[in-house]
Amino acid sequence: MWVTVARLADLPVERAVAARVGTDQVAVVRLSDDRVYAVGNRDPFSGANVMARGIVGSTVVDGTERRTLASPMYKQAFCLETGDCLTEPSVNLGTWQVRLREDVVEIGQREESV
Amino acid sequence: MSERIVVVGGGMVAHRFVEALRSRDAEGRFEVVVLAEEPRPPYDRVALTTYFTGRDPQELNLGQDELWQDPLVRLRKGIAATAIDREARTVALSTGERLSYDHLVLATGSSAAVPPVEGSDLRGCFVYRTIDDVADLRGYVEQLRSDHPDRPVRGTVVGGGLLGLEAAGALQALGAESTVVEFAPRLMPLQVDEGGGEQLRRLIEDLGVRVLTGTATAKVLAKRTGRAAAMRFADGSSLDTEVVIFATGVRPRDELARAAGLDVGERGGVVVDEACRTTDSAISAIGEVACIEGRVWGLVAPGYAMAEITADRLLGGSATFPGADSSTKLKLLGVDVASFGDAFATGEGTLEVAYADAVAGVYKKLVLSDDAKTLLGGILVGDASAYASLRPMLGRELGCDPAAFLVPDVGDAAAAGIELPDDAGVCSCNNVTAGQIRTAVSEEGCCSLAEVKGCTKAGTSCGSCLPLVKKLVETEQERAGIEVQRGLCEHFDLSRAELFNAVQVTGLHTFSEIIARHGRGHGCDICKPVVASILASLGNGHILDGEQGGLQDTNDHMLANLQKDGTYSVVPRIPGGEITPDGLMTIGAIAKDFDLYTKITGGQRIDLFGARVDQLPAIWQRLVDAGFESGHAYGKSLRTVKSCVGQTWCRYGVQDSVAMAIALELRYRGLRSPHKLKLGVSGCARECAEARAKDVGVIATEQGWNLYVGGNGGFTPRHAELFAEDLDDAGLVRAIDRFLMYYIRTADRLQRTAAWLEEIDGGLDHVRDVVLHDSLGVADELDAAMADHIGGYQDEWRAVLEDPVKLARFTAFVNDSSPDDSLQYVVERGQRRPVMIAGPDLAVRP
Ligand code: SRM
Ligand SMILES: Cc1cc2nc3c(=O)[nH]c(=O)nc-3n(C[C@H](O)[C@H](O)[C@H](O)COP(=O)(O)OP(=O)(O)OC[C@H]3O[C@@H](n4cnc5c(N)ncnc54)[C@H](O)[C@@H]3O)c2cc1C
Ligand code: SF4
Ligand code: FES
Repeated sequence: MWVTVARLADLPVERAVAARVGTDQVAVVRLSDDRVYAVGNRDPFSGANVMARGIVGSTVVDGTERRTLASPMYKQAFCLETGDCLTEPSVNLGTWQVRLREDVVEIGQREESV
Repeated sequence: MSERIVVVGGGMVAHRFVEALRSRDAEGRFEVVVLAEEPRPPYDRVALTTYFTGRDPQELNLGQDELWQDPLVRLRKGIAATAIDREARTVALSTGERLSYDHLVLATGSSAAVPPVEGSDLRGCFVYRTIDDVADLRGYVEQLRSDHPDRPVRGTVVGGGLLGLEAAGALQALGAESTVVEFAPRLMPLQVDEGGGEQLRRLIEDLGVRVLTGTATAKVLAKRTGRAAAMRFADGSSLDTEVVIFATGVRPRDELARAAGLDVGERGGVVVDEACRTTDSAISAIGEVACIEGRVWGLVAPGYAMAEITADRLLGGSATFPGADSSTKLKLLGVDVASFGDAFATGEGTLEVAYADAVAGVYKKLVLSDDAKTLLGGILVGDASAYASLRPMLGRELGCDPAAFLVPDVGDAAAAGIELPDDAGVCSCNNVTAGQIRTAVSEEGCCSLAEVKGCTKAGTSCGSCLPLVKKLVETEQERAGIEVQRGLCEHFDLSRAELFNAVQVTGLHTFSEIIARHGRGHGCDICKPVVASILASLGNGHILDGEQGGLQDTNDHMLANLQKDGTYSVVPRIPGGEITPDGLMTIGAIAKDFDLYTKITGGQRIDLFGARVDQLPAIWQRLVDAGFESGHAYGKSLRTVKSCVGQTWCRYGVQDSVAMAIALELRYRGLRSPHKLKLGVSGCARECAEARAKDVGVIATEQGWNLYVGGNGGFTPRHAELFAEDLDDAGLVRAIDRFLMYYIRTADRLQRTAAWLEEIDGGLDHVRDVVLHDSLGVADELDAAMADHIGGYQDEWRAVLEDPVKLARFTAFVNDSSPDDSLQYVVERGQRRPVMIAGPDLAVRP
């Protein structure tokens, strides 16, 4: 099942918004190159649903740049691709499938952790 | 029973002695009685002249309260010793008492020596030695100024040495005209040579001080009132002057010792051996009153060494006087002069390397050994930046081309490259070596310049060694693998201040352009808000406009403060804490309607907690309709201007503190800065607004306002320091405008004004020079920047309410208009509070 989020053009660039996907809340991030990621909105460190209000950024890990979302509560950064917390790799936000149909962003299933 | 040590004299060296003794005598073998003729605790005489630049005299005091409250220490202020009975081991006091001693320490210092000039005791003639001297001088000049508001007060300093030039600076600071009269053919004849003297004269004259060298003062002439009116010189010429300061040298106060039959030197001073013992082994003499190795030292560093030796010896140690050097640096007047080692190249076979540039106003000379390798001394006039690095190299091989130190700009770089040996003295005032500074960082865990200062005392007296201490601390931190945080984060190597400059100069106003030009990557939660703050400080419209919105931390992004459950708090501005009953009721009604937890904050206003993102606009609308606006509780910006009720109601108030607080709050509201800013205004010295705990504190006086800066509550509390006195309204506002703007331009990220003042080169004095005397020539720019801020101010809440694009972001979900239903509350003490969502949910990957 795919849930419509918004038109791509209506999403803020390099920032997140919150969306409802069934009973889940996800944080949807549109990067400057129009890639879109969806991770869990619940900040695992505070338990509050606030990830969508964090700052989007980047960090270089082992020579490769990873795009990140930082929690607005206690500032841990998470990898947008994997949902992993960069400072505590055992902690994960969860990631959701994203696809673009025409110019509409849709979110699918929560991806199984690998 | 402990033994009693009596210290005669309560000066700088006496203080150091008591401190050294108490820190070493853990078992409490000795009790110490300090007899201080001056009616105050020991103070920093070296910094006496700062008395005129508005510094609070209390801040000159030496010794933490703990030292003087130590049960084994008794400080008797305002009491002089009048005689010593060596046989009975007693001292007679000015109170008529007799005090017995087991050991006596003479630390009586010296008094100003006035030459036998007729009329030198007239009213209007002063010396320059104690706080009372400078207070009298100030009172006299201010009286003259108010008697003759139509013309400047004319002042003359007799003596063109270090002290005389400081006194000339003091006269200027008091708004008087000043002339320096020196008998020798040049200024500072003991420290600089002819070439240096010539340059120095030009620099001093450029400051508006008249210089008469080769001139002997013959007489001070009086008016009929008995006050000084003019001076006559040996060549018959004369000069009108109403104030005369004699700065012609000092004389050791060895009178007690002489009367008690102790040996005194040919030119005065109590003769002591290398252990600082006088001819009576139960009596030591230390500091400026002592004559050691045949010489009396008029500097504080050798005195401190003697204090340490005496403490050590009393406890059974065997320390001896290590010798001293007469390095000096002119501290004030804004003219750089330094002289150290064998400055006059009197040694055999010495080489001199000199550099003079009359246009740039510098003269520099190094004295070297005959192989041009070892540094023996030097004179720097006009630019003494190399002094801190060169002085510790005295007697050592420089290890590079000496000329490198003399050429402008390169000098500093060369100095940075030299590697100081551990035993090289860095701070001569406090006898601190390079090794001790390194150890403080590497082993004692000091993490900042301020901590190293606290732990080693380096740089805490005259301050001339500070640049070097700072460099050593940074190098040592780098070596220890502690990253010296200059760059902001992994995306920018620039510090916040550097980035501010860069953005200002290039005029870029989007993050993507700025990071492309000055950084790398895509930014993070450190650099994005910093850039947002810089852009806001430089006036780039609403903080949520365009790309700027995306840079903001959630508080600025939502114009409210994030709470632990993900809701926000709302704080309307209540300028100065003044609110009408209707205003209170409006806030109450809104809180009730939205069921917001309500609390009076520590900042004299009201915080409404528990608002959901989607409720914020409706709450603001109600507040804005009732005439409220954003209180910026969320911003790194002005928070509140706390005030007391002041003159309008309080029976002690001397100014309208509420009106001033409101004016200041409305002036600086919305001003984005490196960290939050808090101000306070009290209506009198009782200080009910706790203004001295604020970044900027204003305290009313009969004449106007005293301005204090750099206060802080929080983690590291600090009292604000006196910045300027008796300002009128306009002067106050101008000083605060510039102070804040200068802070905004130069501080680091998240550095409150307190920490900024500790770290900035030159400290408070430098900032005061910039703000009050425009020493950097940037005052107009700072004023213009503040005018722009005030002109561009808009209420951030109202602007959102008026802009559908901005308003659109205040929804819980992009694809669902319903509110977030996961929030849960319970009622406590009559209001709701969040139920904490069952513990942190730390998903663990398989
Ligand atoms: C609401 C209030 C407590 C209260 O219930 O009274 C408060 C609440 C917060 N303070 Fe405070 N401080 C409040 C007065 C103070 C005061 C007292 C004062 O201003 O007179 C101080 C000490 C004075 C000072 O700042 O020097 C104070 C020193 C701090 C500090 C430590 C700053 C420091 O320099 O060490 C922080 C942490 C920080 O800013 O990094 C802090 C941070 C915070 C934050 C922003 C923490 C956070 O990120 O959540 C709190 C959230 C505010 C909110 O949700 O609205 N708060 N905080 C007060 C709001 C005042 C206002 O009307 O704006
Ligand atoms: C304006 C100024 C600037 C200076 N700048 C520098 C500088 O940059 N670098 C530097 O190294 N030095 C400087 N000095 C010199 C430095 O201040 C002195 O070397 C230092 O203060 C000497 O300390 P002391 O304790 O020996 O004497 P003092 O500080 O003079 O203290 C002696 C105290 O003993 C008291 N006393 C005397 N007799 C009695 C008695 N019988 N009973 C009780 N009390 C008595 C006196 O009242 C006085 O308070 C400066 C001095 C002045 C005035
Ligand atoms: S500081 Fe002074 S004027 Fe203000 S309330 Fe207190 S006593 Fe009154
Ligand atoms: S040399 Fe004077 S404080 Fe260090």
